[in-house]
Amino acid sequence: MALKILQDLRQAAVTSKVFVQRDYTSGTICKFQTKFPAELESRMDKQQFEETIQTLNNLYAEAEKLGGRSYLEGCLACLTAYTIFLCMETHYEKVLKKIAKYIQEQNEKIYAPLGLLLTDPIERGLRVVEITIFEDRSIGSR
Amino acid sequence: MKNCEYQQIDPRALGTSNTRTSTTLPCGRKNSQRLRRKWEVFPGNNRFYCDGRVMMGRQCGVLPLTIGLIFITSGLFFTFDCPFLVDRLTVFIPVIGGVLFVFVIMTLLQTSFTDPGILPRALPDEAVDIERQIDNSGSASYRPPPRTKEILINDQVVKLKYCFTCKMFRPPRTSHCSMCDNCVERFDHHCPWVGNCVGKRNYRFFYAFIVSLSFLTSFIFGCVITHLTLRSQGVNGIIQAIQDSPASVAELVICFFSIWSILGLSGFHTYLVASNLTTNEDIKGSWSSKRGEESGNPYTYNNIFTNCCVVLCGPIPPSLIDRRGFLPPDDAPQTVTSDTELPPFMSKNDANMGTKELLQSMALSTVIQSTCTPGTPKTAPVTQESLLRTVSITVSPPNRPPSTGCSGHQAQRPIDVSCSQKGNKRSAHHTHKPMLRVSSPPYSLSHSPLILSDGPDMGFIPLN
Repeated sequence: MALKILQDLRQAAVTSKVFVQRDYTSGTICKFQTKFPAELESRMDKQQFEETIQTLNNLYAEAEKLGGRSYLEGCLACLTAYTIFLCMETHYEKVLKKIAKYIQEQNEKIYAPLGLLLTDPIERGLRVVEITIFEDRSIGSR
Repeated sequence: MKNCEYQQIDPRALGTSNTRTSTTLPCGRKNSQRLRRKWEVFPGNNRFYCDGRVMMGRQCGVLPLTIGLIFITSGLFFTFDCPFLVDRLTVFIPVIGGVLFVFVIMTLLQTSFTDPGILPRALPDEAVDIERQIDNSGSASYRPPPRTKEILINDQVVKLKYCFTCKMFRPPRTSHCSMCDNCVERFDHHCPWVGNCVGKRNYRFFYAFIVSLSFLTSFIFGCVITHLTLRSQGVNGIIQAIQDSPASVAELVICFFSIWSILGLSGFHTYLVASNLTTNEDIKGSWSSKRGEESGNPYTYNNIFTNCCVVLCGPIPPSLIDRRGFLPPDDAPQTVTSDTELPPFMSKNDANMGTKELLQSMALSTVIQSTCTPGTPKTAPVTQESLLRTVSITVSPPNRPPSTGCSGHQAQRPIDVSCSQKGNKRSAHHTHKPMLRVSSPPYSLSHSPLILSDGPDMGFIPLN
């Protein structure tokens, strides 16, 4: 069902794209602005959007969290002259996989039925969350 | 050498490929059937090896010299000094030396071959969106739209500058390296000795390299002195000892001259790590209190131990440029360079694609199919701003100096400052290059708030 919707979307023409920029007020950590873009007002619920972005922000915060675990990883890496990264996946990479899965889920469940598509920020160098707005056809009826 | 053109991105031109100059991509795009990886079309000045696994700056600088010096000195040490010292003292001497040597080489190679934290350039859609936002914010008056954004970080005002090459507002602490032609996160400096930029992802390798190199140099120096002393006690004085072991003198000379600079550099970087600063910020004096204002570093945790842990042991973010990812077939690189063509994306048979592939292909296919909102035609009277937009300045990039004019090892700060001024002068010759500074005559009038009063942050190449 979700696949069908996405295939339909693929045929649809893109109307425009919205870019949710980074929020640097807390420093250099990866965080996106939760301000609801005007272009999406007619398409989706503000609450939903904010929840998605907030969850993403929380996941990125988890990836960059400074704590015992990350320090341990760092020290271990230093002791092995950083060769350990050849065989081990870092905590950050694990969280990025989680984020990719979350975005896919959100697309399938919420955004694709509304004719929208979220792009994983990692594909845009963590600069923006790109939301593609597709033409408003009756996608669900096909 | 490519010519750099600055033009405002015209949304209407995005769909056509005629307006662009011919592409400089190697191996004709239409002919190649195999899937190409993204590193092959990377717009910055970097070299890639091992199919994208290894990357470094375009000019390897004096990296071969660095490696050569380390190998030669250590080789001489193990061959000529160690046998004597093992006899007279202990077998641990070559063991310690060996461990240090291996550590030095590994951290050096990791510093050179790791992505320092390069930010990929903005895609055309994004760049247009940002330009539109910049337009909207300043269009009320005739004041030209600002190319800086001010934000508050920890109650400190930080200016974000717009990068004309990468077409985006640079995140805080990010700087554009003119050698590598990339924006690098937490940019420290471009090190010719290592042949790469030092930034967020490889700073800890660099620090480990210089600290272990100081240990290695001091260790070899000490051992050679011990060797010569012991030898001169046994036989007829120091002259005979030197004649017996001339290699030791060579090592002595190399170590003596290196030790001051390397120890100095290690000390300097230890200070930077403890205060969570970058070389770039320190030399520009970004956070020092000037004109009586109280400005502190907003990124520090105000605790030496925490700062050290964060800088050296914090999580390493993965590389953002995805060197080994595959380009979609028959698609051009979607970055904004002056010579990018945007051929139409041919839709492939997607019956067999899974959801993820579909999502990816959709995301990538929207570049051409997007009909960008046409900008409102500018009917305002010709202002400096619109003049700027229509002028396209073709500049040729400066002759890149093979290395900085200053000896790479001098890390003491007074010398740093004089060297950075030399760097400033060099970049001042190229005032027309938009990516360096916005200071050529048409720009200076309208963009005076942008003149980097704190020195260029890209033309600057600190000496080590």
